[in-house]
Amino acid sequence: MQVRVQQDAFDAGAELAGFASTRTDIGAVVSFTGIVRDTRGDLQHMLIEHYPGMTERAIADIAKQAATRWALADVLVIHRFGALTPGAPIMMVATAAQHRAEAFAAADFLMDYLKSRAPFWKKEVTLSGADWVAAKDADEAALKRW
Amino acid sequence: MNVMYFAWVRERIGLPQEQIVTDAQTVAELVAELVAREDRYAAAFADITALRVAVDQELADFDAPLAGVREVAFFPPMTGG
Repeated sequence: MQVRVQQDAFDAGAELAGFASTRTDIGAVVSFTGIVRDTRGDLQHMLIEHYPGMTERAIADIAKQAATRWALADVLVIHRFGALTPGAPIMMVATAAQHRAEAFAAADFLMDYLKSRAPFWKKEVTLSGADWVAAKDADEAALKRW
Repeated sequence: MNVMYFAWVRERIGLPQEQIVTDAQTVAELVAELVAREDRYAAAFADITALRVAVDQELADFDAPLAGVREVAFFPPMTGG
């Protein structure tokens, strides 16, 4: 299990190529990459704040929960903080398992929990000002699926 | 204890963290103490339902006890991912 919280960019392709690559007993790798989205065309950057210390603990705890629920060969979570420009990767998760059902479910679970239980906050900075991104009720409701 | 603020809570209060000596028995009592201090705290804690709290880096409720606690953090609902 790997958890990385970092300001630096990462190469999702390279991360994925190296992920669980030494294992010959897994048949499925699922990954998700979150990207800074500029829907209105005025986003200068996305400022991501986090709670150093708690962030690493919370993500590790979420990853451990996933490993308890599903038979996973490996889990990778990378989450960035700082000022990120549109199109830049924010975070990625990857899960490896013998079969795809476990890998998909675990990745979905990880994303739902990272969204609402990992201490990150996003602020959209545009030419006309800056606004904190509000958590959505749907994100909290998504946790009830599990 | 160390009291930390994140996102718009930090902006409203105007600082990221501070050391507070308190007799508050619970998080809610600590909030009441802060609110009574200055308007900027009252503004940050105006709607407690819009806030979350972590006690020693674990999510907690506002009725959580503070005995032996070293760090309390206040922040809006998280938006990771």
